[in-house]
Amino acid sequence: MADIAQAPAVDRSQMKVSDEVAVQITEMNKWYGTFHVLRDINLTVYRGERIVICGPSGSGKSTLIRCINALEEHQAGKITVDGTLLSSDLKNIDKIRSEVGMCFQHFNLFPHLTILENCTLAPIWVRKIPKKEAEETAMHFLNKVKIPDQANKYPGQLSGGQQQRVAIARSLCMRPRIMLFDEPTSALDPEMIKEVLDTMIELAEEGMTMLCVTHEMGFAQAVANRVIFMDQGQIVEQNEPKEFFNNPKSDRTKLFLSQILGH
Amino acid sequence: MSDTHAQTAAYVRESMIGQSAPPTGQSGAIRWMRENLFSGVTNTILTLVSIYVIWVIVSHLFPWFANSIWRADSLTQCREIRDATVGADAPAACFAVIVDRWQQLVFGFYPQDKYWRPVLALVVFLAAIAPILFQSLPRKALWFSAAAPFLLFFLLWGGSVWLPVCVALGFVIGAVAYRLLVASAGTLTATLAAIVLPLLYWLFLAGPLDAALTAVAPVGLEYVQSKDFGGFTLSFIIGVAGIALSLPLGILLALGRQSHLFIIKMISVGFIEVIRGVPLIVWLFTASLLLNYFLPPGTNFDLMLRVIIMVTLFSAAYIAEVVRGGLAALPKGQYEGADSLGLDYWQSMRLVILPQALKISIPGIVNTFIGLFKDTTLVVFIGLLDPIGLTNAIRASTDWNGVYWELFIFVGLMFFIACFSMGRYSLFLEKKLQREHR
Repeated sequence: MADIAQAPAVDRSQMKVSDEVAVQITEMNKWYGTFHVLRDINLTVYRGERIVICGPSGSGKSTLIRCINALEEHQAGKITVDGTLLSSDLKNIDKIRSEVGMCFQHFNLFPHLTILENCTLAPIWVRKIPKKEAEETAMHFLNKVKIPDQANKYPGQLSGGQQQRVAIARSLCMRPRIMLFDEPTSALDPEMIKEVLDTMIELAEEGMTMLCVTHEMGFAQAVANRVIFMDQGQIVEQNEPKEFFNNPKSDRTKLFLSQILGH
Repeated sequence: MSDTHAQTAAYVRESMIGQSAPPTGQSGAIRWMRENLFSGVTNTILTLVSIYVIWVIVSHLFPWFANSIWRADSLTQCREIRDATVGADAPAACFAVIVDRWQQLVFGFYPQDKYWRPVLALVVFLAAIAPILFQSLPRKALWFSAAAPFLLFFLLWGGSVWLPVCVALGFVIGAVAYRLLVASAGTLTATLAAIVLPLLYWLFLAGPLDAALTAVAPVGLEYVQSKDFGGFTLSFIIGVAGIALSLPLGILLALGRQSHLFIIKMISVGFIEVIRGVPLIVWLFTASLLLNYFLPPGTNFDLMLRVIIMVTLFSAAYIAEVVRGGLAALPKGQYEGADSLGLDYWQSMRLVILPQALKISIPGIVNTFIGLFKDTTLVVFIGLLDPIGLTNAIRASTDWNGVYWELFIFVGLMFFIACFSMGRYSLFLEKKLQREHR
């Protein structure tokens, strides 16, 4: 597939998929009022997997990953995250949220706090880590996303790409075992997409379990071990990336791929 | 396409242009006047008419102020002095009434030998409010701010020192109960304990404890009854208590109105709509007259306390709506960002949502506070002697019968100073919180 944006070089030595189940979704259904947004979703994510979820807008891909940390409520079926069953019990929800990191399309940094405070807020209040230690951890991850010198600025003073990297660092400070990405590069200028993708690739290289909703097919090819295509609230096709891109089975997938890769 | 065009279309910049300063504009008073006052025929006419109107007002008022008399024992004496100095029929203000009676306007009927107590209370109040208003002051001073309400109560009303101490102890009990239980029994249990235990303590233990301590060590100040309070002391107490209590209550009501819990939401909405839909004066009459019917006979529930409660509830309803506006203005992503990090409801509200929502609501909140403060003058209708009520009392004496403007100007000036300061503080706070993010 020459059409796909050139895939970045990725070190796959640490990327290992284990038998341990990280997320288990069975027969999950969700409605917005009477609209059936997610239909009979079955998905098992093993620890170490990097899954890219794509599909047309309105296909329910964002809703699916937002169900995993209960930002959206599902009405039927079961979701188990890291062995904890997601129910309406607030204790379970808070526990799952503190184990699952999430990055949003619009970053959702807290504008009234500095970058460092953004990163230390949850560790201090949720994990009850002493401030000093939390700050050291935060600086470690800010170093990792290559913006330690911005630590005392406010989010509004940073570029979009920098803000998204801060958002990733903020999630990492909670030492999550699973990371969810909800279209992390869709709101960015073209020049900034790469810096965010590089950060995500680095994360994948370290063996993080990742579920990414994205249209960055180069990233999917290079990093993912599984690509899921969704349409009309259901999983239409899933395969390992090479097969998925070179040999799509369903007509809907073929149409989608031809539209996003055709130009 | 012609060849010429192709040549001009291709272009490569060889050096980038650096930053340079903007052109300097002309300035000066004459230029400013020409631009702002006389920029056209209409503008020139409007300017001249405005100058004339200002001249008429000032030329009428100025002699009245300029001829004002500051030393006299009665209005009659004032008039005599005027006739002797500037002549009969000349306008002259008689501010002597303020000099003669300012103590009454400020302290009401508070015993004269105890004036130092409200004055000291004002100093304590200013010291306590400073660390709340200005973040640059040491944070440890907030402990003093927390203790100040009890100290202020003791200074103003007097009585046994143990009463405020015993009441304050209830809050300490609540805080300790929360600290001890939050780790083992969870937030909800700890919160309930922090509410129930102090209530039980206040109902059953605080009274006897106060009596016992007073018997052992009778320390205290002479008791001053609420009915002796008046003037600006009264306005300040009602205003400050109303402001301090209505902000937290209003925030809780705003959060309640947004709640997903049906009962809490309905209670909040019902409370806000009912309180807001009825004039304050009606609530004040309710406080002064109707509450007596509902309370068991013989209970003497302090009228001033009743007024403070009503004023607080009234402005809390307004604050709730102002804060709701701030909450609604926040993007949904802020709630989701806080949720996704695992912060629980109260943490996300306190650390993420409210700091931003309150910042947006500052102008509205301060506006409500200013309204509340001025509305304290309405208590004159239920028999409390606020400054306006006292102007009537002063006029009732034969010495000062017939003095209106001088008293009202003084009262108005005092209110203006207080309200204008609040408005300025609001601007200061907005500027300070104007981070780079918007």
